Amino acid sequence: MGLNAQNITNEELFYGHKACGGCGAALSIRLVMKVLGKRTFAIVPPNCMSTVAFIYPSMTFGCSGAITPFAGTAAFEAGVEAGAKELGLTDYTVVGFAGDGGTADIGLQSLSGAIDRGDRIMYICYDNEAYMNTGVQTSGLTPYGAKTTTSPAGDRLPGNTKAKKNVFEIVAAHDIPYAATASLGYPEDLLNKVAKAKAVNGPSYIHIFAPCPTGWGCASELTVDLAKKAVDTGLWYLAEYENHEYTLNRNPKEFGDVKEYLKKQNRFAHLKDEDIAEICRIRDAKWAQMRTHWNA
Amino acid sequence: MNRPQPVNFVPPKTLAEYPVGPCCPSAHIVGINAGMRTFRPIIDHATCVHCLRCFLVCPEGAIDKSEADLEIDLNYCKGCGVCAHECKVGAITLVKETEA
Repeated sequence: MGLNAQNITNEELFYGHKACGGCGAALSIRLVMKVLGKRTFAIVPPNCMSTVAFIYPSMTFGCSGAITPFAGTAAFEAGVEAGAKELGLTDYTVVGFAGDGGTADIGLQSLSGAIDRGDRIMYICYDNEAYMNTGVQTSGLTPYGAKTTTSPAGDRLPGNTKAKKNVFEIVAAHDIPYAATASLGYPEDLLNKVAKAKAVNGPSYIHIFAPCPTGWGCASELTVDLAKKAVDTGLWYLAEYENHEYTLNRNPKEFGDVKEYLKKQNRFAHLKDEDIAEICRIRDAKWAQMRTHWNA
Repeated sequence: MNRPQPVNFVPPKTLAEYPVGPCCPSAHIVGINAGMRTFRPIIDHATCVHCLRCFLVCPEGAIDKSEADLEIDLNYCKGCGVCAHECKVGAITLVKETEA
């Protein structure tokens, strides 16, 4: 029996933050912190979460925390880990909470370095599919067809013209001991993956699909619903990498209605039927590859 | 209710009173967030089946499960409505703050 709402602690270790209502990133951190507990060093690069959590004189983390340079999340974590080891500390976790831009674009080299060195760190990427803190700019993890301020939609372009970067597979390609993808729509799955990552003696990586109502232009109550629909429509996937093997945790026989998912969000409101067909084509190609090469 | 409470904060007046090193202890919250709220969630305890889905998916952690009936910390609930939307039995209704 794994972790669930009944047996997870009632204690809040990320409380009183100033994030927007319905924030997916805040929910990700809250759930992760519930599993990790107080003996944690929370390392946050500049993103919404460092902005809303560290407002002097407030400190909304129930553990130690620090803000790092944007590109250095994993390097900073490695330094904290080295310091904690030198002090002889035991039974602690060093965790980094970076956004999709801070992981896929700006922080990728330090993440790669830390995984390569085998530092005992946990890295959480909360993926809201654009640079939300600076006002919704395209990141490497923005999906095809999403409208952002740097990929506006018009007569000639459907918004962003690139599919999401395969960061999960880039991380796994380092032969990392444990990597996983998760979604806020399946919070129990997320909790158990964090528990698994906590037990790893080495680097671990979890990629959480975390909707952003403000940036996506959707109703704030849809955060968890959209995260679930993204998995059910096949636009996001739940998978794990361990022991040199990929495993698909969820392999839906039929995908849900993509159009219904997209049309609840203003960033996709402009999409024409042919753009939606292109989104489905990208999805089907990805799933064909995953189903062929990964354990289902 | 078993939720962190805001602490009374007295701003430093002289340089000597400013902290050296970390700026403040962990879980040090000095204000409330209720001003953001337009809709207030109200739990109908007779309908609630205690599945705790709302507790799990609240982005604020404002729903407390330590008592027999779930309680919402209205100091920190922002009224996003995720709890009401996710409730499978419809036990949570959103009421406009001016009418609550």
